[in-house]
Amino acid sequence: MSFLLNNIVELTVTGLVLGAVYGLVALGYTLVYGVLQLINFAHSEVWMYGSFAAVWVTVALGVAPGGPVLTAIGVLLLALLAAMTVSGGIALLLERVAYRRLLRLEAPKLVALISAIGASFFLAELMGLRDRVVDFFGLRDALDPFVRSARDNTRFLNPLETQGLFSIGRYTVSNVDVIIIVGAILMMVGLDQFIRRTRTGRGIRAVAQDSEAAALMGVNRDRVIRATFLVGGVMAGAAALLYLMRFGVTRWDAGFLLGVKAFTAAVLGGIGNVRGALLGGFVLGLAENYGSALVGSQWRDVVAFLLLVVILLFRPTGLLGESLGRARA
Amino acid sequence: MLLEVEGLCVNYGRIEAIRDISFSVEEGSVVTLIGANGAGKTTTMKTLSGLRKVRAGTVAFAGKDITTMPSHARVPLGISQSPEGRRIFPGMSVVENLDMGAYARPDRAKTRTADLERVFTLFPRLQERRDQAAGTMSGGEQQMLAIGRALMSRPKLLLLDEPSMGLAPKLIQQIFAIITDIREQGTTILLVEQNAAQALRIADRAYILETGEVVREGSGRELAADDSVRAAYLGGDV
Repeated sequence: MSFLLNNIVELTVTGLVLGAVYGLVALGYTLVYGVLQLINFAHSEVWMYGSFAAVWVTVALGVAPGGPVLTAIGVLLLALLAAMTVSGGIALLLERVAYRRLLRLEAPKLVALISAIGASFFLAELMGLRDRVVDFFGLRDALDPFVRSARDNTRFLNPLETQGLFSIGRYTVSNVDVIIIVGAILMMVGLDQFIRRTRTGRGIRAVAQDSEAAALMGVNRDRVIRATFLVGGVMAGAAALLYLMRFGVTRWDAGFLLGVKAFTAAVLGGIGNVRGALLGGFVLGLAENYGSALVGSQWRDVVAFLLLVVILLFRPTGLLGESLGRARA
Repeated sequence: MLLEVEGLCVNYGRIEAIRDISFSVEEGSVVTLIGANGAGKTTTMKTLSGLRKVRAGTVAFAGKDITTMPSHARVPLGISQSPEGRRIFPGMSVVENLDMGAYARPDRAKTRTADLERVFTLFPRLQERRDQAAGTMSGGEQQMLAIGRALMSRPKLLLLDEPSMGLAPKLIQQIFAIITDIREQGTTILLVEQNAAQALRIADRAYILETGEVVREGSGRELAADDSVRAAYLGGDV
């Protein structure tokens, strides 16, 4: 208990950082669920590919930490762009390969789920075996820095040096903490505005509320579905970079646990609810941190899922309890 | 003819929902399809909007074959529907619902004020509730919203599926008066109704559907005066 109280500021800040990442990834689950009533279980891999895209940008540019600040910011922006592009692209590819035909044939949702799980394994293993893949094409030497030790942790060297900005109690909040939390909130606000103000966003809401009625308004459902996957992917890409800035490492199979946590955050906030995803992410991140401080960090994941079960027992529709469809503008 | 339906057949799985239906709607007229529950009226309307797949037959709109055209592409051509059960977007406000009605119009920003004005003139009630969540309104108000929303696309052909369903008698009168107004403003209307008496009164032409087939057709007045029609659909007296 005293450990928790002595470190409450640090636990809160890092909990929020973690929660921001969960929330951004959770958006992908919640958006796709909103329009398709389907859990895109391969969304974790969308995030994982984004994280590798970010790492590879820094590898390709040969960046070392501790350079000039402006260069570092430039590199981070490039890495962000690459992560968002790759994640968005993978999400679109998933829609095309794993879902589109099944949706058109009105296959049962369980079939789409199996398809998603298959796609998830494929994508993860493809990343984990990337050295063999490039070997096969005879590109091993050319691409060595990108594929070396494919099944081990892949480190991300943050070009921006961590600097303390200000202290609260005994904890010094760093520039990286601030960037992650502010960055995540900006992305969320942007998404919220996109959903509410743009034509595509209104199309997404309409399909989520009543997809037949939306078709009667002239909404092209297929395009809305693609836009939803793309937006969810872009958010996951941003989350990937923010995650790397804090934790500094990714792996071919890192998507699984993060994906499950983000999915938990989405359900916790109320699946289908955009603001709920953010809230669920923060609640989960904080609960994990406080919980592991109380009972030991090896219990971290247990605490997270215990919380999920308890909250859902009392609020089965999640904290915000409304779907994307019913959420008021 | 604005709308020509030839030999239309639609199945739900192996069940034939409509069988070899033919009818047409002349520009500027009100045409009604009447019939009991399960006669295939709503299936016909959904098919006209592209929500159901056609097994056989053709649908032509303004001379163009639209039989296999996807739903969303039909709206810009000028087909708009107020569906059975209203199907308003419950989480959107009244104005947002109306804006959805204009979704397919490329010039919607320019005509928005005038279009909203027109709907609010027909349904002053909607103006009072413009920022209310549509899902919290009464059934009658939702019906007005569904019709208003369908008008926002400035349709050439307005499909109205059961606009009087579940409404109080006074409201039904009001809805039918408004349908007449809409026609007088130049919109062609295809009306599906269980309230046959009212529908026949305002219809130029009527078709009677029974178990997926057209069994009678004629002018509204003709059918309203016909004894067998009166017995079957009008409860004996109009």
